[in-house]
Order: sequence, then C-alpha cells, then structure tokens
Amino acid sequence: MFMRCGYAAPHEHNLSGLRHSASLANAYGHQTMIRFFFRRLVGLLIVLVGVTIITFALTQLVPVDPAVTALGQNAREDQIQAFRREYGLDRPPYEQYVSYMGRLLRGDLGISIRTRRPVAADLRDFLPATLELSIAAMIVALVLGISLGIISAVNRNGLADGFARVFALVGGSVPIFFLGLLALALFYNKLRWLPGPGRLDAVLTPPVRVTGLFTIDSLIAGDWKLFNNSMRHLLLPAVTLGYFSTAVLLRMTRSAMLEALGQDYVRTARAKGLSERLVIIRHALKNAFIPVLTTIGITFGSLLSGAVLTETIFGWPGLGRYATASAVSLDFPAVMGVTLVAAFVYPVVNTLVDLSYRLIDPRVEVDS
Amino acid sequence: MTVIGRTDVAPPVRTRRAALRLAFRQPAIAVGAIILIVFVLAAIMAPLLTSLDPLTQNVVKGLNPPSAEFPLGTDKLGRDIFSRLLYGARISLFVGFAVVVASALIGGLFGLLAGWRGGWIDEIMMRVTDIFFAFPALILAMAIAAALGPNLQNALIAIIAVTWPVYARLVRGQVLSLKQREFIESARVIGASQLRIVFRHLLPNSLAPLLVQASFDLGGAILSVAGLSFIGFGAQPPTPEWGVMISEGRNYMATQWWLATCPAVAILLVVAGFNLLGDGLRDWLDPRLRGK
Repeated sequence: MFMRCGYAAPHEHNLSGLRHSASLANAYGHQTMIRFFFRRLVGLLIVLVGVTIITFALTQLVPVDPAVTALGQNAREDQIQAFRREYGLDRPPYEQYVSYMGRLLRGDLGISIRTRRPVAADLRDFLPATLELSIAAMIVALVLGISLGIISAVNRNGLADGFARVFALVGGSVPIFFLGLLALALFYNKLRWLPGPGRLDAVLTPPVRVTGLFTIDSLIAGDWKLFNNSMRHLLLPAVTLGYFSTAVLLRMTRSAMLEALGQDYVRTARAKGLSERLVIIRHALKNAFIPVLTTIGITFGSLLSGAVLTETIFGWPGLGRYATASAVSLDFPAVMGVTLVAAFVYPVVNTLVDLSYRLIDPRVEVDS
Repeated sequence: MTVIGRTDVAPPVRTRRAALRLAFRQPAIAVGAIILIVFVLAAIMAPLLTSLDPLTQNVVKGLNPPSAEFPLGTDKLGRDIFSRLLYGARISLFVGFAVVVASALIGGLFGLLAGWRGGWIDEIMMRVTDIFFAFPALILAMAIAAALGPNLQNALIAIIAVTWPVYARLVRGQVLSLKQREFIESARVIGASQLRIVFRHLLPNSLAPLLVQASFDLGGAILSVAGLSFIGFGAQPPTPEWGVMISEGRNYMATQWWLATCPAVAILLVVAGFNLLGDGLRDWLDPRLRGK
C-alpha cells in the first residue's frame, strides 16, 4: 500500500537482475564471489549518492530562505548576507552540494527548527523505537506469513487455503491506520486486555539504554516487569504494522511453495518414500526460500511507510512520529533527516538480501 | 495483403468478446470487476444517488445514527456520511488513475528508451530507477509537504515519484525480451523506422504486464493517499476524502463507530477490487496458470 508497488509487486520485479545459471560447472570460486560483492557494493554506493542528490534538490525547492528561517524575520540585511556567505548559500548549486555532502559525511544533518537540537541527535533518540517496532512487525510477518503460506499451498483449494487467501486479500487492502484504530478501540478501550499508546506505562521508567530497544534493554537489565510491559505495549502496533507484510509474504510463500511442490525433485523425494512433512520442509520450503527472501527485502519499504501511520496511531515515539510532528511545524531539516535515513535503509536492506542469496545459493549470478 | 488484412480485422470483435467472457469466468476478475463497476457508477452518479451536499453543515443534526434521512448517519458537523462517501469515491478513483497514468507514461517511456538503447544508457537509467525506489512514499510525501505545503497535489507528486520506476523496469524487461524475437527482427529487416518498431510492435506487446501492475498500483495509490490525508498531508478538510473522513471519525470509535468505519470499508472494498482484478488478470494472462 503506501507501499510503493501494490501488494503483489514482488512478483513483478523480484528477481530482476538475478538469474539462476543453468550450469553448475562455472567456477564459483573466491574471485567471482568477490567480484559479485564488489559490484553490489558499488551499485549501492551509486544509489546512496543518488539519494543525497535528490534530498539536496528537495532542499533547493523550499521557497523559504533558510537564512531568514535561521535568523528570524527581524534579521538585518547584512546579517542575512553574512549567514549566506558563512553557509555557502551564495555559491552555485554544485558547490553547495559538495559542502552538503561534506556535512553529511561528518554526520551533520543540520539543526531542527522545532526541537532546536541537531537533527542527527534527534534521529538517534527516535530511531530505536522505530527499529523495535519494525523488527517486531517483521517477526510477526515472517512467522504468520510463511506458516500460513505453507498451510495454504499444502491444502491448495481447500478450506484453510480459502481462509488464508481472504486473510491475505484483506491484509493487502485494508488501510492499516484504520486497523490500528480498531485494534485500540477493541483491545484497549473495550476489553482492556492490552495497554494503550506509548512504549511503556506512564508510571514506569525506561530501562538503561544499551540498544534503545526497550524489550532488549529491559532483558539486559534483568527487569521482567519492564520487559513484560514493553512487550504488551509492542504487541498491537507490531501486529497492525506487520499485517500488510504478512499478506505479501503469505502470497509469495504460497505461490513459491506451489511452484516447488510441482517440481520433479519433490516427486522424486515422495517416490523415495520420504514423509510428507520431510518433503515439504526439506525439499519444497528450502527451494521456495529465495523468492520469499526477496519479498522480505521489498516489503521493508512499505514497512517504513506503514510505520509512520502506525506510530501516529499508537503514540509510538519513533521516526515516523518525529517526521509527522516536524512536517506539521514545517521543520524542514528534521523531515529531510528522516527522509535521508529512510531512503538509505531500503537499498541497504535489499543489498544485504542480494548478498545473502549468494551465500545461500551460489548459483545465483548477477545479470550484467 | 488487403485480403489477409481484412480477415485479420473481422475476427477480433468476436474473439475479443469471447476473451472477455473467458476473463469473467475467472472468479477473481469477476468479483473485482463487479466491485469496481459499482464504485465507479456510484462516483459518477453521486448527485443522483443522494440529494444531500457532502459539505453542507447542520450542527443541530450532528452525530446522528443511520436513519431514513441519513442512510449512514452524520458526522460531528451534521454532514451526511453517505453523501461524503459517494463524493469521496470520485476523489479516490481519480487519485488512483492519476497516479497510475502518470507513472505508466513516465516509467513506460523511460523503460522503453532504456531497453531499446541498451548499453551504458540502460545501465545509468536503471540506477536512476533504483534511486527513486529508495524513498518510502509516505516519508517523501511528508518531505514535499514540508517544503511546498500539504495538499492533494503534492501528495500525488510524491506517490508518482516512487511509483514510476516500477513501470520503467517492467517495460524495460519486456523490451529486452521482445527485442530478440523474430517479428521485431523482421520489422527491422523490412526497414521499419525505430519509432514505428517501438510504438507499433514493442509497446502493444508489453501491455499485458503493465495492465496487471496498474491494477495493483491503483489500489496502492488509493491507500497511500488515504494514509497521507489521514495524518494531514494529503487532501485537506473539509474535502470528503476517505482518509480525511477516517481521521475525523477517529475520536468516535467507541460511540459513533460508523463515522470511521464506513470510509474504511469503502477503501477496503475498492482496493480489494483492484487487487482481485490484478490477481485475476495476472493468472489469466499467464498461460502457465490458465485453467489452474
């Protein structure tokens, strides 16, 4: 959904750029491996530089004069000129881009207009909450999506398959912000089974920061009460956010499993007299794993967009809520900081996914 | 030649109708299409289906439950939910089509050029699509909203900016595989111009996967815009946009649940309609899956 590509998109471009080489005879030595890694990393670098060019171009789009924004409406003309000189705003765009890159490389993302703190420091504070939420949502999606996908494929056209397919269709079509509202209204307001917004009950103090993930940090601190509370707070947002990815993964697992189950080696395995469970897990699932892995990488982008909505509804103090609050107060440096981080995550995750295929299945080659 | 041409012209009418009948035998296509036809008709005929204006306020009749006068009740300001829902369908359907048409045009031309020229031009163009792919739609939309102001138009620009690369890659892939086929080769041999080959032969033959993708993206764009409007960066109140309506109804989930639920169900149905249609089309267009 706010997923760039519709919920079945992985189908369309999943393995683009990758192909399974038919011959096993090729040398899959160190050299090709290193070349492959190198190519992928160079590709990643190009994309990341491209991302900074776009974020830079966006900063140039802003109709407001950053000097006036920084100094206030009452600044004198000579102060504004001095500011412009100091920050290089009077120089041509490409020179400004070079100094923009220089600042980025030093980790300088500017000063937030709203919080009056360095944006980088703000991001460091808000990132862990989003990370915790996204990881939890991914775990939900992996467990539910893959297991339901397998059940669905094995019981093809049966009752379980029917339920799973409707479940996936709804997951790919329901607005998750409404789902979040519904979950809160039901499990918090009505049934009182689960806590309301936030990462912890208001009376509790967050654990000592190690990773910034409350669940992990409370475990490190050995505080079970805190762990329990943070898990209960995490449950609804994680399930809400994870539902969309669950739907995508379910569909992908189902079709990859159906494909694998129709292959000769599965028939052979059955003919050998292997138990059905062994055939499914050892033969079919193993081979269905690569398209599923690609899907995981691709759904990450929608996970980030979804996190914005989920965090808004569950009062989850992560990057999404930070971005929303910043955008409302036209805090441009802060929003650009989030944009940059978000746009870095997707290509990095997908490069990691690509590289991990290579480790799982050395037959995968880069298509030039 | 002309004779062959004529016999070629006549049958398509029949085969097209037959093909359509076959398509509708796919349950996914049939269900999806019926849902969508209902919504498109509702959007077009909104003024005929309700006499109430979606913007007229009547605070005295605020938060009314569904009744004969207000089929789905009224919101806080006494506006008729049913009427807002109908007019909201116009916005959502427009949004979906605007995103998909713009993305398919930009991406299609881009991919056509990349696939046709190949070589380093292709290499560079594909890296460009990777770069745009990197941005999550909602976050880019907020950045654009912070720079240029929050409104529907800027939301659309952001969503198109991250949607077009899908089409660029799709069309490029199609062109690359079609380029090697005999009929393109023979067109080249008989001296057809590059433009003619591209627009008469390559493009029409790449349409099928585009159609499938477009169907999914229509639903996706509707969800994205609703999400953006919900958090305040898309359509602005008092526009009867579905995301705006859910946002206006969010504080009444416990008491007047229908305020947020009606537009949410509308979104769910329309998006599911497009997803079903996309699913069905894909299966139907993929001969390997046909009849399964």
